[in-house]
Amino acid sequence: MCPGLMLGKSSFTKAAVLGQRLSAFMLAGDHATLGIMDLTDRELIAAVLKGETASFEPLVKKYQSRIFAMARRYARRESEVEDIVQEVFIKAFQKLHSYRAEAPFEHWLMRLSVRTCYDFLRNHQRNRESAFTDMTDQETDWLERFAADPDTAIETADAARDLVERVLSQLPPSARLILTLLEIEERSVKEISELTGWSISLVKIRAFRARAAMRKCLAKMMVEKYM
Amino acid sequence: MKIDELQKKLLAAARSNPPNDRVPYAFEQRVMAHLRSPTKMDKWTLWSMGLWRAAAPCVAIMLLTGIWAYFEADSNTSGDPLAVALENTVLASLDSAGESW
Repeated sequence: MCPGLMLGKSSFTKAAVLGQRLSAFMLAGDHATLGIMDLTDRELIAAVLKGETASFEPLVKKYQSRIFAMARRYARRESEVEDIVQEVFIKAFQKLHSYRAEAPFEHWLMRLSVRTCYDFLRNHQRNRESAFTDMTDQETDWLERFAADPDTAIETADAARDLVERVLSQLPPSARLILTLLEIEERSVKEISELTGWSISLVKIRAFRARAAMRKCLAKMMVEKYM
Repeated sequence: MKIDELQKKLLAAARSNPPNDRVPYAFEQRVMAHLRSPTKMDKWTLWSMGLWRAAAPCVAIMLLTGIWAYFEADSNTSGDPLAVALENTVLASLDSAGESW
C-alpha cells in the first residue's frame, strides 16, 4: 500500500484542520483586499462618527456617480460640477452627526445635494442677462424647423438639448430647480418637497411660476430671434 | 409659433438626454485628502470665533456684577449713593492730578 494512503484517523483530522486554516487565511486575504467596502452604510457612518475618517471613502465611491449626474444638470463647466460634488461630500462629512438613520443615507445625501445645487444656482446668476442673439447655427436651424413643422424637430437632437440648457440658464434659480426636478427628472411634488424642504403648496406655486417664466423666456427668445 | 408646444418639446428633449454620471479619476481620493487636511482659518475667523466664545461668559459676568451691585446698594445705607461713589472713583485720578500741579 502506498505510504501516502496509510493515514490514520488523527492524521486525517489534522489535515482537515490545516485545510480549514488555509482557506480561512485565503479568505482573510480576500477580505483585506475588499477592506471596508462590504460594510453597510450604517456601519460605515458609525465608524466615521467614531473618528475613522477612512470609512467615509466607500460612501464617496458608492454615491459619487449619482451626485455627478445631478450636478451636471445645474452646472455646465466640469470644474463647477466637481466643485459642487466636492462640496456635497464635505458638507455630508461635517453634518454626518445630524443624520438620524430614520431614512436611507442616500435620501439624506440627495437632499443635501439638491440644496447644494440650489445654492450654486443662487450664487451664479450673473449670466442670466445674456441674450439669445449668440445662438449657434444648429440651435437656430432646430428652431426654424420647429417653426415650419413641429414634428420634424426631433427631441433627441443635440441642438434641442443645448437650447433647453440655454433657456433654463435664463430662469431664476428656484424656477430652474423646480423644472428640473418636476419636468425633467419627473419627480413627484411630495418628493420635491422632501428634497428641497419647501412645503407642498410652495412647490406647486413655484412650479406654476416656473412654467410661466419658461414660457415668457421662450416668447422673448422668439421675439429676439425673428423680430 | 406655439410657445406651449415648444416648451413641451424642449422639456422632452431634456428628458431624453440625461447627463452622464462619469466620475473623474481618483475623485474620492481628492475628497478624502481634503477631509484629512487640517482646516486653515484666517485671522478674522479666529477672532470672530473667540468673540462668540467670550460672549456667554461676558454676559454672565455682567449679570452677576449687576446683581451684586443691586444688593450692595440696598445694604449700603450709611454711605453715598452709588452714582456719587462712581463719580468719585472715576474722578479720583483727576483730583490727585490737580493736587500735584
